[in-house]
Amino acid sequence: MSIDLQQDYFALFGLPRRFDIDEGALEAAFHALQGEVHPDRHAHLPDADRRRAMQWATRVNEAFRTLRKPLARALYLLEVRGVDSGLETNTAMSAAFLMEQMEWREAVEEARAGGEVGELEHLHQRLRQHGRSVLAELQAQFAADDLQAAADTARRMMFIEKLQNDIDEALEALES
Amino acid sequence: MALLQIAEPGMSAEPHKHRLAAGIDLGTTNSLVATVRNGIAVCLADEEGRTMLPSVVRYHADGRIECGCAAMQAQARDPKNTIVSVKRFMGRGLKDVAHVESSPYDFIDAPGMVRLRTVQGVKSPVEVSAEILRALRRRAEASLGGELTGVVITVPAYFDDAQRQATKDAATLAGLNVLRLLNEPTAAAVAYGLDNASEGVYAVYDLGGGTFDLSILKLSRGIFEVLATNGDAALGGDDFDHRLFCWILDQACIEPPSSEDARLLQMKARETKELLTSCAEAPIHVRLGSGEEISLSISREQFEDITAHLVRKTLAPMRKALRDAGLDAEAVKGVVMVGGATRMPQIQRSVAEFFGQEPLTNLDPDKVVALGAAIQANVLAGNRKDEDDWLLLDVIPLSLGLETMGGLTEKLVPRNSTLPIARAQEFTTFKDGQTAMAFHVVQGERELVSDCRSLARFELRGIPPMVAGAARIRVTFQVDADGLLSVSAREMSSGVEASVLVKPSYGLTDDEIAGMLRAGVDHANDDMRARALREQQVEGQRLIEATEHALGEDGDLLDGEERAAIAAAINELRAACGASDHHRIRRLIDELARATADFAARRMDRSVRAALAGHKVDEIPL
Repeated sequence: MSIDLQQDYFALFGLPRRFDIDEGALEAAFHALQGEVHPDRHAHLPDADRRRAMQWATRVNEAFRTLRKPLARALYLLEVRGVDSGLETNTAMSAAFLMEQMEWREAVEEARAGGEVGELEHLHQRLRQHGRSVLAELQAQFAADDLQAAADTARRMMFIEKLQNDIDEALEALES
Repeated sequence: MALLQIAEPGMSAEPHKHRLAAGIDLGTTNSLVATVRNGIAVCLADEEGRTMLPSVVRYHADGRIECGCAAMQAQARDPKNTIVSVKRFMGRGLKDVAHVESSPYDFIDAPGMVRLRTVQGVKSPVEVSAEILRALRRRAEASLGGELTGVVITVPAYFDDAQRQATKDAATLAGLNVLRLLNEPTAAAVAYGLDNASEGVYAVYDLGGGTFDLSILKLSRGIFEVLATNGDAALGGDDFDHRLFCWILDQACIEPPSSEDARLLQMKARETKELLTSCAEAPIHVRLGSGEEISLSISREQFEDITAHLVRKTLAPMRKALRDAGLDAEAVKGVVMVGGATRMPQIQRSVAEFFGQEPLTNLDPDKVVALGAAIQANVLAGNRKDEDDWLLLDVIPLSLGLETMGGLTEKLVPRNSTLPIARAQEFTTFKDGQTAMAFHVVQGERELVSDCRSLARFELRGIPPMVAGAARIRVTFQVDADGLLSVSAREMSSGVEASVLVKPSYGLTDDEIAGMLRAGVDHANDDMRARALREQQVEGQRLIEATEHALGEDGDLLDGEERAAIAAAINELRAACGASDHHRIRRLIDELARATADFAARRMDRSVRAALAGHKVDEIPL
């Protein structure tokens, strides 16, 4: 009778299970749910209620975090649709993609070694733009329900995200 | 005319009675206590009308303990036994403490947290902080005319787990029920945001006596959502004083000063800094213990020169927080200034330059944190009213992880995750037949474990022997709404379960805390058993109220048999609350909680559904 903590994240927020998401609706549903389950709403109640509130709020936060970012949402959607995105097993990427990645990495490494903050910020912007075009591909693939192609694109996005983190870390290291 | 009702002495309040709650700003330099009175948050004053309590504790040889102004006046006379800025030592080892060489204390390097040798014996920073909290508690209870139900204590957003735990332990020692540890910039945002009905993205720049925080918050329709926080837990107004202190030593060619002279000059440095906020030039006249007189003068420009690097140190956290929030400085609608140190003109200038706008200074930077804490304490204690329909969503400031092979950190919980959060990861064995595994929990952003803060070590034993790589050990990190971590580990593959819970350790064991508590209680000639009984009675009464309220609202979720079982449990508990066996009350509280567990789950289910029903996808305002 009690609510199923394993309920899928889309259902939890009352959203249709698809990649294209109404971000405003997601945020409003997130706020409405936290308004009910957050530990602050139950702080004056006995331990058992507070523990349950914490579990719930944890679950709602995790769900929001997963659906808010496109990559996490794509991987999650693939998982609930039963498609193995092959993050660990399938490391075969196209030669062209790998070559492109190598070039990016070299550029970041060079800028980092030379302490060029401006260049790093420029790379950060360029990569963001590139990420947007890959995201458009991903959207089209999900819209066409081509899940295998979407899984490939999601893997490429993982590389891009990792690279973006490396740039951020390089910037932080130079700033401190 | 209706007669006024008065409850039986010692018995708890009616359901909707106002519960006494307070917000406490436990600061490096000054501390405050505030409460909500007639719907308005106010700071509480002492008999002399002062709201700020200097965070100074003096231990006398005759066993007396002094706190506040009286203690502060003695600091140059009795520096070893007069502890100032103790917040800098909370959850910190000796190697982490800045300016040890010019501090007058007898430090003792204990594992996890430094201790101080005083005329009343060795004191932990937790005990010293508890004295400050006790003074504030006395002030609040005298002013409100009753025992506090609970308090919200603020901590710097950039405090790590060890510092948070130390703060919570200090509250326990002071006999306070902590409803929540609240991040200082978030508290300020609540006080400011509710006061001004603000919407949009705000930055809070909080430079206190010893800590610096920068938080980016999004305020929308009653939700205060922290997007990112950054800072420096060892940077504050004290460092500006210290810089000036060094400058004076240098200018006056003073050899390493005596403890007394050092304190005198530090106090003079602070005075001078404050003077330079309004004056372009400040004289420095001091008579040292030797009789030697120092006569100097410093201009504001000189002061800004010698402290420019400190101002610059606040810039990197601002950039990092914005980057983590995914925002540019232009996206920030307003910058709220918090902490006495933000009065310095060079700070105001540098913030204005960074954000391209004048910071907001229309509230008292010393009081705003305590006021925000009081507002939240009032709501958490159960005094929520319809207009209090707001909610805080805060984040964890520093990533949490585990040590893996080669001394590297594997991050499980990334910084700036919204709280509460849980993360699990599976690990496996390295050798055939391995039956135990050691875990090392760390906090920080660096790759190497040695560069992060060590929070706890624990072992999982009893893993069934298997070939290397076959065991599946699932480690779960749970961070609660206070930002405090608990860790559990469990062997999954064989069906044999072993799990261990860890409270991050920073040098004080539970036994030590219990010992200090007993000592504190003896000291105050309190009757521990009476207190335990009273606590259980209140807790029992609170549970009965909550359950009856729930039955009134959602009783239809139960069948007759379930209802009867809960009613019986309530009756037994109510009877026990009227007697004096606190063990029996505790047992019956647990029983009633068990009897209502399923009911509570159904209620949560219903309220969640109601929340969603109120926000059908196509109806949600964009």
